[in-house]
Amino acid sequence: MFSKEKFQDFLAKLNTGYTPYVLILVHIMIGAIWVYSSPRSNVAFVVFISSLLTLYGLNTNKIFKLSAGLILALVVMPVLGVRNIFYLEIMFQISVFAALSLGLNIVIGFAGLLDLGYVAFYAVGAYLWGFFGSQQFYAIPYAPGIQPSDLPFLLPGDMFYLFIFIAIIVAALTGILLGLPVLRLRGDYLAIVTLGFGEVIRVLANNLDKPWNLTNGPQGITPVQRPTMPQFAVDGFNNFFGGIIGHTVSKADVYNVFFYLLALLVIVTIIQVVSRLNDSKIGRAWTAIREDETAAIAMGIPLVQMKLAAFATGASFAGAMGVLMAASRTFVSPESFSFMQSIGVLTMVILGGTGSIPGVILGAATVTVLNLQILQGFSLYLSQLRQSDAVIPIINFAWKNLSTQLDPAKYQRLLFGAILILMMIFRPAGLIPAARRQRELAADDEE
Amino acid sequence: MALLQAIDVTKRFGGLTAVNKMNFELKKGEIVSVIGPNGAGKTTFFNTLTGLYRPEEGKILFNGTSLIGLRPDQIAARGIARTFQNIRLFGNMSVIENVLVGMHFHLKQNMVSAILRFDSFKKEELEAEACAYELIKYVGIDTSLSNELAKNLPYGGQRRVEIARALAADPQLLLLDEPAAGMNPQETEEVTNLFRRIRDEKEITILLIEHDMRVVMRISERISVMDYGEKIAEGSPAQIRSNSHVIEAYLGRGAVAGQHEEMVK
Ligand SMILES: Nc1ncnc2c1ncn2[C@@H]1O[C@H](COP(=O)(O)OP(=O)(O)OP(=O)(O)O)[C@@H](O)[C@H]1O
Ligand SMILES: [Mg+2]
Repeated sequence: MFSKEKFQDFLAKLNTGYTPYVLILVHIMIGAIWVYSSPRSNVAFVVFISSLLTLYGLNTNKIFKLSAGLILALVVMPVLGVRNIFYLEIMFQISVFAALSLGLNIVIGFAGLLDLGYVAFYAVGAYLWGFFGSQQFYAIPYAPGIQPSDLPFLLPGDMFYLFIFIAIIVAALTGILLGLPVLRLRGDYLAIVTLGFGEVIRVLANNLDKPWNLTNGPQGITPVQRPTMPQFAVDGFNNFFGGIIGHTVSKADVYNVFFYLLALLVIVTIIQVVSRLNDSKIGRAWTAIREDETAAIAMGIPLVQMKLAAFATGASFAGAMGVLMAASRTFVSPESFSFMQSIGVLTMVILGGTGSIPGVILGAATVTVLNLQILQGFSLYLSQLRQSDAVIPIINFAWKNLSTQLDPAKYQRLLFGAILILMMIFRPAGLIPAARRQRELAADDEE
Repeated sequence: MALLQAIDVTKRFGGLTAVNKMNFELKKGEIVSVIGPNGAGKTTFFNTLTGLYRPEEGKILFNGTSLIGLRPDQIAARGIARTFQNIRLFGNMSVIENVLVGMHFHLKQNMVSAILRFDSFKKEELEAEACAYELIKYVGIDTSLSNELAKNLPYGGQRRVEIARALAADPQLLLLDEPAAGMNPQETEEVTNLFRRIRDEKEITILLIEHDMRVVMRISERISVMDYGEKIAEGSPAQIRSNSHVIEAYLGRGAVAGQHEEMVK
């Protein structure tokens, strides 16, 4: 018989000695080779990217984890990515959403403040560079659509790097500005007010094309500059990786690699910042506030100050990622900052595990992959079926009669809703529940 | 000079006057109990002292300066720490983290030093951890439970963690709201001794609300009795035991004579 204990024994055995090393390497190899040989396969990509999970979860030493992770992120991924640029796009999006989730996680997961307008801070970052990194400054007197096309750019593209830092500060200040009046509110009230704030920012972006054209309205601002990419970087990349990639990589594709790496750098920084803050009096104060506000304030924690700190820190991550997003897209528009985006990030946090750093990253990756790959893959599959003569047996339904309204890619909301409901019922603590740090305390004097 | 002085403190909830013109004084180093029937206003009085409620009238002076209008965290930083009648631990934090939270305003670290992990930060964290560990031991919790989530501890253990957390703030005055509630006789005995040690060794003044008369009579140097928001009596345990107002307030309402004996024991 196949008993649960036996299965657990088996799993434990897989996770001791050299076995996990072998498993990880095999997983990476299979994934990488598969993606390499069929660069359009969604399944291959999911197998490949889940090797990060094996790497994270299995019991190996730190040096192995780190070096395998580095090679995966810095060599394997870029190489596979330029063979199908869509993968780099997914990785970029995962990083962006992981950053947003980590930021929202500070507010919701650590401090327990339900913020439904979080995406507003992302918009602040994006529009900041969208405005200063484009021709928009000189387009202010012109209504959308009638500005001359030969306007100069306000700032050189390389100011982008500076604006990442400026966005961190501006978004943090926006967070404080929002926080000051609303942080007296608790729970549902706070959620509603932040939801409203998120919408206000979006509506502002939508309507600030008059009386002065600051945001170019619903059309959005384009082109937004990217930092310069020197030719030697493109040549260098080609010289180094050209052999395995199999074709010359264009400058546009090297930009994709560049933004992927930059997003990775930001996300690694954010992870460090979050885990260090979490393991300090600040993180403890946040969690204390989440657990019991009254007890926290009675123990000397200044509630408003600490909540503002949570809001500001969370917002700053979104601000930085906003700049990155605006530059990588060369485009910002209000629709990227809808309420659905806030809900999407919330879904990632809840799916992964509120308060859990590895959890929310996994949540961000899962939802992004589901959204961009699985749903769209289904859409593609359905539309192929529609064009074929295939028939569903028994009920005798011809696929080509299926309404074109049925497009899984449009079922994002259903997906978010289903994830939220299922998680609440079956795993409220998330895929990787938050765990408290185990301190190695001085062994007690023998008694 | 009195450590704590409450003058004509009044706290109302709508039409209900929960604390009525309460006058109260506490000297440094005392152990004083506040007793009174359910709903007498004891907890409300504590809450006004610690800034959770703002009294409608009256003055509260701590070391001669007014506490009125200060936020609870500011009052905590002035040196008043407390526990709660219905235990309010941070349930999903470990025992030692609960105690560390108590040290919040003593720790000098800030966001920058925490993110950059300066040596001063690491040193401070290690010291804080060692100190928290000592406190856990001090209040009589098995130190192997340090990493356990607070909510997983038995009731008596949770009450002790709350006391350790309050001590972590290094207060001058410790307010304990029914610290022995729900404890068995042996645990009650242990915490009673703990309170005396806290006062003797750490020189912390203690004000406690307690229904368990064995604790009150054994430990208090002075007892204040509240009923309907007012102080109806004050004095040494012997005086209180024989005070007719107290007996009436406590037992008068439909009490049988036997309970009096119980109380006096
Ligand atoms: N937040 C509040 N809002 C309204 N009424 C309150 C509030 N807190 C306490 N009360 C009321 O004030 C009165 C005093 O309550 P309090 O909790 O101070 O009594 P207590 O002496 O601590 O009683 P117990 O021994 O049961 O703990 C009670 O009538 C109570 O219902
Ligand atoms: Mg009470």
